[in-house]
Amino acid sequence: MLKRLRENKSAQGTLLVTPTLLWMIGLLIIPLLLTLVISFGSRDADGGVIYGFSFHNYLRLFGYSTNCDAGQASCFEPLYVNILGRSLSLAFNTTLIVISMAYPLAYFIARAHPKQRTTFLMLVLVPLWTNFVIRVYAWMMLLREQGVINGIIGWLAARLNIPFEPLQMLYTPGAVLVGMVYEFLPFMILPIFTSLEKIDNALFEAAADLGANPFRTFLRVTLPLSMPGVVAGTILVFIPVMGTFIVSDILGGRQVILVGNLIQRQFLDARDPTFGSAASLILMILTLIVTYFYTRKFGFGEEIVVA
Amino acid sequence: MKELSEFAVEMRDVVKTFKTPEGTMLNAVDHVNMNIKNGEFFSMLGSSGCGKTTSLRMMAGFEWPSEGEIYIEGQAMGHTPPFQRNVNTVFQSYALFQHMTVYQNIAFGLEMEKAPPDEIKARVGRVLDMVQLMGMEKRFPKQLSGGQQQRIALARALVKLPNVLLLDEPLGALDLKLRKEMQLELKAIQQKVGITFIYVTHDQEEALTMSDRIAVMSKGKVMQMGTPVEIYERPTSRFVAGFIGESNFLEGTVQSINGERANVLVPALMTEVTGLNTGKVKMGEKAVVCIRPEKIRISDEPVSKQNSFRGAVKTTTYIGSDTHVYVEVGKLTIKVWEQNRVSSLDPKAYYTAGQNLTLNLMPENTLILADA
Repeated sequence: MLKRLRENKSAQGTLLVTPTLLWMIGLLIIPLLLTLVISFGSRDADGGVIYGFSFHNYLRLFGYSTNCDAGQASCFEPLYVNILGRSLSLAFNTTLIVISMAYPLAYFIARAHPKQRTTFLMLVLVPLWTNFVIRVYAWMMLLREQGVINGIIGWLAARLNIPFEPLQMLYTPGAVLVGMVYEFLPFMILPIFTSLEKIDNALFEAAADLGANPFRTFLRVTLPLSMPGVVAGTILVFIPVMGTFIVSDILGGRQVILVGNLIQRQFLDARDPTFGSAASLILMILTLIVTYFYTRKFGFGEEIVVA
Repeated sequence: MKELSEFAVEMRDVVKTFKTPEGTMLNAVDHVNMNIKNGEFFSMLGSSGCGKTTSLRMMAGFEWPSEGEIYIEGQAMGHTPPFQRNVNTVFQSYALFQHMTVYQNIAFGLEMEKAPPDEIKARVGRVLDMVQLMGMEKRFPKQLSGGQQQRIALARALVKLPNVLLLDEPLGALDLKLRKEMQLELKAIQQKVGITFIYVTHDQEEALTMSDRIAVMSKGKVMQMGTPVEIYERPTSRFVAGFIGESNFLEGTVQSINGERANVLVPALMTEVTGLNTGKVKMGEKAVVCIRPEKIRISDEPVSKQNSFRGAVKTTTYIGSDTHVYVEVGKLTIKVWEQNRVSSLDPKAYYTAGQNLTLNLMPENTLILADA
């Protein structure tokens, strides 16, 4: 038996993928199919699922009310479309801000002395030692009306005899953006650092040798060769930001509702798993579409092998 | 038009100091003076750590001298960055841009000069023709063989038509046969374009084959500078004589000096040896007699009273074109390369171990050097 396995390459392969395959089937494929089935059903009075085949959850999500009076001028209800739009634009903005902050830092670390590099990378990773939710709560302490930031400004204002009303920072879209950028910054720094570090120093010298000043070297050599890191970082940031609900829950309150919050509330508060399932699938499809077009434009980076 | 200097590159008393990992300071380049003429194929030859690559990198502008000055076309370079120097480099690792095609790699330098698109196209085409890689424009570097990548690296630098082309062991990664082909091709290209080539290598044969002049370097210093013939036939130090080709060294003391010649008493042979005083040794000084193995004549009886020694064959090695004969004379073993001029299967046609014979060192082929 063992001897046969040793000689049979394809049996070896099967054996190697089986545990993961079973895991994926049990915990990804089947739940996904269940979500799909449930999304076509409707809820009963107790929050249970009446199975069926109807697109009403999807229509509701895109603003078409199913119990719309024939005489009504407009039947469009943009509530959920707005939530989707807000989530998308927040994910875009977060990703852009994170890239613009992470790239210079990753560049700096990659060009630092090898001894210092380890220290800098540790500093990037230190926040991750504390739990995600606790760090978001820390931002709440900073941003709230009696929080640290208002406290400092208030103290300064009192010293300078300027009238000061505490700023409303918590429960605003800005607070959610700040929280998202903070949470996901390390996930952009690390892949960009990795791809920058891999670039052979001789390539920068070659570019300079051929007449490129540092700025042109960056545009023509450094940036293209580090794109795999930017792409990987974008995927690591954009997708979770689209789906997360903790940051917006704690820092956005009732003011900033994202798709993640919508889905969570459908399952826990509104007790409508059918609508929640439909929203989950739409979120997934949206994310897939954006990722598809993004990677088709910039690639996954694997075709660029830095020698 | 600026006035053209006689020299393409000059190094005047250049020092480059590096900090070692142990914290001490090391002069990687130690008070080097070099004059490289326009249109010359100039090699810097030495083993690793001799300062040849650091010197080249300072000419390119990747490093700046700690002391001294480098002049290119008569202009002091100071801290001029690489992108403002009219020199181009062929890197040991080729340093090709993997995200660009062959065409884009070669066009890169011309785009930086803001050359018109038509001109870029024409010049890239011409240089590709020169390195015999027409039709490869659309390929990416990793789709090419090592030899082809090497040619692209050369083309990318040559297309800029620099005053000086700096080559840092460009053939080091190629196999022997390809390396020999490329040596001849490089030399041919250099003669065709007339650009000054400054070539760094640790391969003495490569340096001798291609160069108009060679600087032999060791421990950050230039040991000797001259044409391949001068370097091989008239080494001025024991180091150069030992580094370039093979030599027999017989240690002794200078007994007398007679014009261009000097006599050295060699205790191991218990006799005096006469040779050319190329090392400018003085009476009573320690000296070393240096003779190339192919310049020793073997005979049955002494040819003259001077510089002839009886000895016995220790071993022989047949290597095809030559036979290497190791002869015991006094306390020394002297190597002699004998050309196999006669085609023979008879063992008697060759020297055998134990055979007695005479070695004749012609004084005009024998060099007396300082024993440093």
